[in-house]
Amino acid sequence: MHELSVARNIIEIVEQNVPKGELSCVREVMLKVGEFSGVVADSLKFSYEIITADTELQNSELKIEAVPFRLRCNSCGGITTNSCGLRECADCLKTDTEVLSGEELKITEIILEDKS
Amino acid sequence: MSIITVERKVLAKNDAIAMDNRDKLTGKGIFTINIVSSPGSGKTSLVERTIEKIGSRVAISVIEGDVQTDLDAKRVSAYNVPVVQIITNGGCHLEANLVKDALGSIDLAKTEMLIIENVGNLVCPAGYDLGEDLKVVVISVTEGDDKPLKYPKMFMNSKALVINKIDLLPYVNCKIDELKSNALKINPELKIFETSCTSGEGIDKWCSFVTGSIKKYPV
Repeated sequence: MHELSVARNIIEIVEQNVPKGELSCVREVMLKVGEFSGVVADSLKFSYEIITADTELQNSELKIEAVPFRLRCNSCGGITTNSCGLRECADCLKTDTEVLSGEELKITEIILEDKS
Repeated sequence: MSIITVERKVLAKNDAIAMDNRDKLTGKGIFTINIVSSPGSGKTSLVERTIEKIGSRVAISVIEGDVQTDLDAKRVSAYNVPVVQIITNGGCHLEANLVKDALGSIDLAKTEMLIIENVGNLVCPAGYDLGEDLKVVVISVTEGDDKPLKYPKMFMNSKALVINKIDLLPYVNCKIDELKSNALKINPELKIFETSCTSGEGIDKWCSFVTGSIKKYPV
């Protein structure tokens, strides 16, 4: 259940990037979460909700864009994917491949509502 | 409505502290291993066998990570090496700041190799860099040959795999070739060792690899 620790890191980054006094205006925190980032999206959202309850961020939520696992094969040049995290090219079955995406875990944007 | 563009890795803070740890350790010529596995795969036994084998030639210090108790620190301190126990109190993995604090209790000037034994967990420790040179995942044959496929992240992020408890192979339903093949499908660069910490089989090869990785002690 390291999603709790990940959620704490997200909150810290939000606090560092949002001007003081505007935390309560945060509505959405946009994340890119790779299929093999090791993070379970639902658990992360749940953890974030629990930690931000009764704080200035209580009206904000995580919006998660799932990033699929993609490989480039150094043998045939093909770009393939699989849902198991295999480093095997789905076209030629060689394992001399590079991971293009699917391991990322990052915050991309914070969306704030205008102060009323 | 306004948008603040951030583009920042969520674990950037951990990564930065890990990099500080790495700079500090490599700056002192210390080779650092982070051992990860499920609970009960034999991490502590591997630490013990490694100290037994090379502890007289290499000054080893150990950081033990556990959710509770200092049982492992007590076990390892019987081998007359400096040991620091980190108790996470429920935390499912070690983070770089915990290791940073623990380094304050270790005489780095008298250390050539640091072994960090992570909390037993085949999921959570995978994403947390501690500042190590080598992340090694241990799996025992009693866990079955399908585990690399079921817990791929840990095998993706490790550089070496120790398959432990091979003395039990005749008694368990685990095909070791299948286990190795599954691990290499997830990470073709994995360096694989087969050991029994009970019989001592394979410990020589593992230790040769470790000492070969320390510049001062080429194989």
